[in-house]
Amino acid sequence: MGVRRRSGVFYLRVNPILCDGFGHCHELAPELVSMDEWGYPIIRREPTPLSDLATLESARFAVRGCPRQALRIERVSEN
Amino acid sequence: MLAHELPRLLNGTPGTPLTLGQHEATFATTFEAASLLDELENSGLTGHGGAAFPTARKARLLRDHRGHNKVVVVNAMEGEPVSYKDSTLLSTNPHLVLDGAAILASIIGAKDIIVCVSRDNPTAVGNVQRALDERARAGARGPQFNLETAPWRYVAGEESALVHWLNDNESLPQYRPQRPSILKIRHHAVLLDNVETCAHVGLIGRFGAEWFRTLGTSVSPGSMLVTVTGAVERPKVLEVVTGTTLRTVLEFAGADPDPQALLLGGYGGAWLDAAHLDAPYDNETLAQWGATVGAGIIVALGRDGCGVVETQRVVQWMANESARQCGPCAFGLPALSDDLADVLAGTRNSSQALQRLEHRCGVIEGRGACRHPDGVVRLVRSALRVFAGDFEGHAHATHCAGSRSGNVFVAVPRLEKESELVWE
Repeated sequence: MGVRRRSGVFYLRVNPILCDGFGHCHELAPELVSMDEWGYPIIRREPTPLSDLATLESARFAVRGCPRQALRIERVSEN
Repeated sequence: MLAHELPRLLNGTPGTPLTLGQHEATFATTFEAASLLDELENSGLTGHGGAAFPTARKARLLRDHRGHNKVVVVNAMEGEPVSYKDSTLLSTNPHLVLDGAAILASIIGAKDIIVCVSRDNPTAVGNVQRALDERARAGARGPQFNLETAPWRYVAGEESALVHWLNDNESLPQYRPQRPSILKIRHHAVLLDNVETCAHVGLIGRFGAEWFRTLGTSVSPGSMLVTVTGAVERPKVLEVVTGTTLRTVLEFAGADPDPQALLLGGYGGAWLDAAHLDAPYDNETLAQWGATVGAGIIVALGRDGCGVVETQRVVQWMANESARQCGPCAFGLPALSDDLADVLAGTRNSSQALQRLEHRCGVIEGRGACRHPDGVVRLVRSALRVFAGDFEGHAHATHCAGSRSGNVFVAVPRLEKESELVWE
């Protein structure tokens, strides 16, 4: 009741042209985003299951917190 | 034209382009294809601009895309500084290219064809202009041809950068999250192919897929244009059958028969050890050493040269040619160039720089909007593999004989200041 079964995975994607290396995404989603020596995000390339709600939540924070709006979440359904 | 004869594309004299009449006489045909797209599919032609993507698949994607007023773009930008194949082809046989473009336009239903030539190559611009004028005078029906002259930059020939230039007058690559992506000029879908690919399409349209497959290997049939530079008497553009051994190609080009290594594919290509000289020159074989045919570039590095020095010069220039849009490319490539310079300097920091180089390659890879940084990473990685001994030597201040001789083999253009770079 109330809990939807979540199947599938998601990726956090960055538009590298828009990205100016503010670093907010690293602060907001450290489990997904690490930083290179120039301050630009290195995003985890492996898929994250959508059932991992905590990570999905921080990915959403990162998307909303990006000053250049360079991030987005790409969902891939499993079928 | 006979099936097993070689000059297919370069059927003429470079420097004196065939006129429309001569062209029609040379390539006279009675062949009628039932379906040009099927012919293209059966021919197994792949793109000759570097990525070797199947031309028929790309054309089919665009044919099935809805919309009117689609556009065919012929890419003659020739961004690689050591490649002359596109301008040689245009100075030999421009009408063959235009034929191919017209065929592609009829396949996808395009009304416009844009031929993009670098404005820094006035000879090629003139050749295309003359060919287009001849066609206009002959009153040929069919799609409308246009000539556009974009500025010459390394990344300006990348397809999204070229389309961006046609749209907004800026030769900057675009970010394309979806692949395969369809590029648009003012909302009209674009089919973009290299000049040489178009010329092959022109030949397939005239003589058919079966004729095309009489030369070359079964996986990558046909012939291709190769630019051989470096340890040669003079740079040369050859037309070779795919799958010819590298040794034969070098021999025909009059190159040093015993080079130290070969740079294959271009500045974003890979070094190949001279031990593999007897390998056939095609993508399937070269893939096992991480190299590709790329844009048909071979630079022979003589025994009296140094691979580390050459790599550093190329990477330095490539770093300067970055469009500076993406952080990992704008900052990462100069960092790679500095690391290589540190290794060459042979100071206390050199072995550290060598380790940092390997680490930074992994950090930069796959993080740009276009493949420019990936190409540089591939070059550096292949150099680390092929010249492993030289790298160690330089890092411990025992410089190789090649670097002390001061000989350089890869022609690298002058480094322009950032303010001098023209993007529009």
